[in-house]
Amino acid sequence: MSLPVCATPLQRAWYYGFRVICGLIFFFLIAPILVIIPLSFNAQDFFTFTKEMLNFDPAGYSLKHYRDFFTNSDWQIAVRNSFKIAPAATLLSVAFGTLAAIGLSQPHVPFRRAIMAILISPMIVPLIISAAGMYFFYSRIGLQGQYIGVVLAHAALGIPFVIITVTATLVGFDKSLVRASANLGAGPMTTFFKIQMPLILPGVVSGGLFAFITSFDEVVVVLFVGSAGQKTLPWQMFTGLREQISPTILAVATILVAISIALLTTVELLRRRSERLRGVTPS
Amino acid sequence: MTERTQPLLAADGTPLKRSIQRSLRRQKIEAFLLVAPLLAFVLVTFVAPIADMLFRSVENQIVAQTLPETAEALKAWDPERSEVPGEAVFAALAADMKTAVKNKTHTRLGSRLNYEKTGVASLFRKSGRRIKKWDLAEDAPFKEKFLDLDKKWGDPELWQLLKLYSPAYTSGYFLNAVDLKQTPAGFEPRAESEQIYILLFQRTLFMSLAITLMCLLLGYPVAFLLSHLPTRTSNLLMILVLLPFWTSLLVRTSAWKVLLQQEGVINDILVTIGFLGDADRLQLINNQTGTIVAMTHILLPFMILPLYSVMRTIPPSYVRAAKSLGANDLTAFAKVYFPQSVPGIGAGSILVFILAIGYYITPELVGGTTGTFISNRIAYHISSSLNWGLAAALGSILLVAVLVLYYAYDRIVGIDNVKLG
Repeated sequence: MSLPVCATPLQRAWYYGFRVICGLIFFFLIAPILVIIPLSFNAQDFFTFTKEMLNFDPAGYSLKHYRDFFTNSDWQIAVRNSFKIAPAATLLSVAFGTLAAIGLSQPHVPFRRAIMAILISPMIVPLIISAAGMYFFYSRIGLQGQYIGVVLAHAALGIPFVIITVTATLVGFDKSLVRASANLGAGPMTTFFKIQMPLILPGVVSGGLFAFITSFDEVVVVLFVGSAGQKTLPWQMFTGLREQISPTILAVATILVAISIALLTTVELLRRRSERLRGVTPS
Repeated sequence: MTERTQPLLAADGTPLKRSIQRSLRRQKIEAFLLVAPLLAFVLVTFVAPIADMLFRSVENQIVAQTLPETAEALKAWDPERSEVPGEAVFAALAADMKTAVKNKTHTRLGSRLNYEKTGVASLFRKSGRRIKKWDLAEDAPFKEKFLDLDKKWGDPELWQLLKLYSPAYTSGYFLNAVDLKQTPAGFEPRAESEQIYILLFQRTLFMSLAITLMCLLLGYPVAFLLSHLPTRTSNLLMILVLLPFWTSLLVRTSAWKVLLQQEGVINDILVTIGFLGDADRLQLINNQTGTIVAMTHILLPFMILPLYSVMRTIPPSYVRAAKSLGANDLTAFAKVYFPQSVPGIGAGSILVFILAIGYYITPELVGGTTGTFISNRIAYHISSSLNWGLAAALGSILLVAVLVLYYAYDRIVGIDNVKLG
């Protein structure tokens, strides 16, 4: 979409005008996330830029909100819980999800469409409905307020992401490799771990990342299925935002933004690797 | 050749047809065995809870369980005649209440019936204390004693309510969820002060539509630009879309909370540039504006990504052809490009709408009282008012709406074509 050499003034105006509009939309997308980063270094307990900050006076900046985050036991317990729950949930959804995705990618699966619809539904059903249902049901079977209950609930929420990413990788998977391996005498297990698994690994890992972030960032279900003992980081942020906004939240938010940048980079690298493996030039 | 041709045989001597069938069946079973663990897992951890919730929206055992004999005795009573039932029912009630008070279940029943008629909870509590001292054998007849205790027991409406909720299943929660109530005469609208749910559903729909529209308006140009730039540039700009997508929902919500506050960054800027006086800072948060702005920001990537993936497949030569045939830029866009991007619009819009309609966190934090969704009311009924049946009924209605949209999405896009990142 380059500007033609013989563009009329109107076309020229539209060309630049359109770019300005898009620039503003990009600004809308990214600015809220970037604004909180400097604000998290505020020396005051304010949510806006102080005069000192605008004048770049070092006295206007401080690390005290970060210090609060790392020393406050409420936040530290929440972080620990998050790191206990998310990996367990991820492991469950990746293990079950990968197997099922491999099963679903075979040519003859009975009720494929219906099974797929059920497996994807945790992503589509509004979280409040899942949370309400799980709250009632898990109370009945004694899992409400238990660590294992939250892990199971989060695993269920992560499964659609694993299914979607792994299925996408399997679409480009060359079945003749499996046949070749079997032909050369490898058993199904060897074939799976030596041939199939390394090739679909990027999909599995990015599905796992999605599942991890789903659990790590999830708050509605954990509010209902968990109890104070399973208080996670998002839970602590949510109650913090609802009851009294403490500036520590901005420090936490900044740390989480850094984590998401790292994750974004990982997923992007994995995507490129998988495309390279499939012989597509990475775009 | 008079002889019938022999069927083709596989290597082991079985007919080929049967051998193929057998191996096909084995493949099917193998595939199913791979899927089965996950299917079982999802059924237990996710589908069963939802089914349980749906069941709760019609389940109503509480009257029959707490006052079994009264429920039985009320069967003979005709609610149409608007009379207080006779001694038999009161005697049954006295017996039931004595057991209920002993098990301390009468207050629960009272608060349940209080959802339908205010004052019942206190009536049950108060009566419970007195009935405890009654002697079932000597203190008969009970009708007078009940009426002495509280004249509310002489209100036919109370008895109609008890009879209405005696069966084990009720449509009462669903009626409540659409602002109706059941009376002996049929369905009636609730008192105007109690009509909140229809309004709430309308507001949820309206705001979800507004958010979808905003996302489309903002997402279309961006997706258009991204799909037309050279790959290198567009990949770079794509990061600006993907970073918010990957950033924690609570981070984005807190960012908006910080930005939109009356003492927050946006109001400060407006005051500094002299657009506003310091006294009349805008109320941007805890209302519909807050919800719409924050949710548009949160859901915008879900619009841009499907739009972008559709627009990338539209061949640029079509637009060039249109122009060489004499169309101006606008006509070429409207007649040639836009129709081809409609599938993307459909996919993005349904996705955003599905996600918006069930949102809870953001409206809860930035919505105040006027910017909340039906989800917030469901959460309120589960954790604060404890009217679980009503929460389940509201949830079921929302669920049906979402499933209809999900079906549409599956039809238009195909659920396995969802792309992430």
